[in-house]
Amino acid sequence: MPETIPCSDRVLLNDWHVVADRSMLSPHAPIFTRLLGVDLRIDSSDRHGTQLVRADTGETVKTVTKYGFVWACLGTPERDILYIPQADEPDRYLVTGGSIAVKVSGLRAVENFLDMGHFPFVHTGWLGDEPHTEVAPYRVELTEDGEVLATDCKFYQPVASPTATEGFIVDYVYKVIRPYTVALYKSNPIQKERLDVITLFVQPVDEENCVAHPFLCYLREGIDEASIRSFMQLIFAQDKPILENQMPKRLPLDPRAETPIRADAVSVYYRRWLRDRAVTYGAIPARP
Amino acid sequence: MLDQARTRWHPIAAAHDLPLRHVFHGQLLGREFAVWRADDGYVNVWENRCLHRGVRLSIGINDGRELKCQYHGWRYSNRTAGCTYIPAHPADAPARTITNRTFPAVERYGLVWSATDEPQGEVPEVAGLAEGEFLGLRGIPVNAPADRVVARLRGYSFQPSGRIDGNDAEIAVEAAGDFSVALRAREGGAETLAVFFVQPVDSNRSVIRGVLNSDAEGAARLAVLRHHNERLSKLRDAIEQEAAQAPAPEPIAPQFERLPAELAEMPELTAHGRKAALRVQVARKWQAADGIAGFELKPLSGLLPTFQPGAHIDVHMPNGEIRQYSIANGPGESDRYVIGVKLERDSKGGSVCMHESVREGDVLAISEPRNNFPLRRDAVKTIFVAGGIGVTPLLAMAQALHHQELAHEFHYFTQGESQLAFRDRLDGLKGTLVPHLGLDPEATGAKLREILSVYKFGMHLYLCGPGPMLETARKIAAEAGWPEGAVHFEYFKNTNKIDDSSSFEVALARSCMTLKVPAGKTILEVMREAGIDMPSSCEQGACGTCLATVIEGEPDHQDVYLNDAERKSGTKIMTCVSRAKSARLVLDL
Repeated sequence: MPETIPCSDRVLLNDWHVVADRSMLSPHAPIFTRLLGVDLRIDSSDRHGTQLVRADTGETVKTVTKYGFVWACLGTPERDILYIPQADEPDRYLVTGGSIAVKVSGLRAVENFLDMGHFPFVHTGWLGDEPHTEVAPYRVELTEDGEVLATDCKFYQPVASPTATEGFIVDYVYKVIRPYTVALYKSNPIQKERLDVITLFVQPVDEENCVAHPFLCYLREGIDEASIRSFMQLIFAQDKPILENQMPKRLPLDPRAETPIRADAVSVYYRRWLRDRAVTYGAIPARP
Repeated sequence: MLDQARTRWHPIAAAHDLPLRHVFHGQLLGREFAVWRADDGYVNVWENRCLHRGVRLSIGINDGRELKCQYHGWRYSNRTAGCTYIPAHPADAPARTITNRTFPAVERYGLVWSATDEPQGEVPEVAGLAEGEFLGLRGIPVNAPADRVVARLRGYSFQPSGRIDGNDAEIAVEAAGDFSVALRAREGGAETLAVFFVQPVDSNRSVIRGVLNSDAEGAARLAVLRHHNERLSKLRDAIEQEAAQAPAPEPIAPQFERLPAELAEMPELTAHGRKAALRVQVARKWQAADGIAGFELKPLSGLLPTFQPGAHIDVHMPNGEIRQYSIANGPGESDRYVIGVKLERDSKGGSVCMHESVREGDVLAISEPRNNFPLRRDAVKTIFVAGGIGVTPLLAMAQALHHQELAHEFHYFTQGESQLAFRDRLDGLKGTLVPHLGLDPEATGAKLREILSVYKFGMHLYLCGPGPMLETARKIAAEAGWPEGAVHFEYFKNTNKIDDSSSFEVALARSCMTLKVPAGKTILEVMREAGIDMPSSCEQGACGTCLATVIEGEPDHQDVYLNDAERKSGTKIMTCVSRAKSARLVLDL
């Protein structure tokens, strides 16, 4: 079975991954989870803080807490946890959006997060609505930091903000920051020059399972934390059954495995970007 | 054994697993199927996977004519499994080659039969089982390999249906195969034949599908069903206990086929331009209206290629003429093409031949359908304006929108009531149909001004009819504020006088070729002589098939396909009639 194959991608082993929402920790009972196929136990106490132990070897795993999450690195960290500048701005809510487990490769979950074409069909009445189905051309490029950046993304949305009374065309920017980390920037409906940011940290549980941990940096004006969280949970609950019916569960990197269209420009780029970075965990590699 | 099983017929569902508008999730030898019955009765067995992002089609929506994927709304046609619409790009016709994998389907003994590979021979016919007189048992899923299930079924014991309360039946094995067992139970004068087909779902999963040779009524029927259900459930428990002792075999991993690479390829190279790749038979010819003959064209064998609303075919007539006719079919009506042919007063041989020479039963050569008049389905409202025989492509479009319950109005201008063609299809449009009968050009103009007076963002207009009417309608629409991108039209023919006196040079960027086009020859002809084959159809600048992209140079447009904005942009050219104003044109070919 594929999930028993250990991860050999250095870029993933030596990186930090979210393994739990801090608010879920309890001093009375440990949390059991899995990262890159390795079973982990998370203990927390007032005296010792948070501790992570591998179930297979009993070794302690490096851990830190940041942005309201517990992070783990199975190898030797080669870079810091992603810096999100908007998280330092005092007029924002920093909301962990409710982690959701999905029985599919985390790479498929990232690709779904980058996809506007499914809005009218999966998020009907919220992020999209028939007959407004067109995905207009947008730009995709590589940033200086080696991230995939999609700009000029526009889509018609019936309920784009809590104050909206009619649908309008919303501007998006997407950025794939690391193989299992993706962010979305959306102009704030009140302070139009500033952006609300959703960063999605996807925990690769194993090759065919993931937990999506959304982190939302939203301007406080005109909205409260509970509605941000419940909106995010609604949207993710709509995605989950679709993602769990994708076959194969891992993301195929062979260009002829699935049929891309122009609207998929950013996913095509993302798949190629994974191939170039030799990311194989959660993917079906392209044929040589 | 499972290797040989691939080319055999197996039951994959009971007929009653396919109720109206349902999609059933079937599985055979590790391969999943989306199984659905269209409203016309056809049973579709498809790979359970949308070609776009791999989402299971068994969670899709069966609208009776097409299957719609839940993820991005891609639509696949009944029978052919060809993609007919991609909502993310509403202005494009999807490439015809986007076709899902299909598997054979036959209904027999209340079961749907299929095979993962090309099956050899016919679906097994069982001696003693007659169509229409059997009683199908509930399918019993078993977590065990098929051969183990078959072996244990040989020892299955049951009462004949006429002695269901007895307990002393004699059982004889009448026949047995790798995936089936036929047993006969006798007691007193009563006897019943029970045939069990074992469906190999996966290496360690099976379904027992039993059929008895006689039906029963009411309480007796219920008693028989309960009897077998109890006994087969017990048998299942015993088989599963036994199977659990042995190590479970690895599940069969389905291999998904790679997609064809041809979508990105150049136009194919052949000697001749207009191809008639299909042979169809005139299954029905009738008078669709005064002066209009309707034709139903059915394939001689196999399936017709997928069409989209707005598509046309070339009909190669017995007298050598070639004419274009729009397909009037509604969505999912994929077992035939329906066309309408108007008898032209000044016919050059095309319509006369279709009206007078072609009869029911005749075989015609036709091209594959091409769609140069695609229908957007993202409009807040669509207005159709049809004049005369121009109704055919718009009728196909309106039936698609009607079926999807998308807002539209269908304005149909004809001389009189007797000229309204395809009444049955028009009636199906219900309240959206607005006939305008017997209006002169002036009254037609006034009516068009009224119809087109209100433009709102997101509305689209589709026009097809005689040239002067289209000119008027386009002018009125422009005056009423309709942007050019919202006005879509198709002319029957190009009535422009073609000026072919210029001579110039054409460079084909991708083919690395430069050709001279002399006066009196078209770009298309010169390319063909050089061995480059462009698809073409009407060859008079009306249908849009031979469209090429201009990289450099100034086109001299003489067609009626491009709209004014497209003409002004200078990036497109119809190679069958248009030429160059500059000394050189560079085309992306």
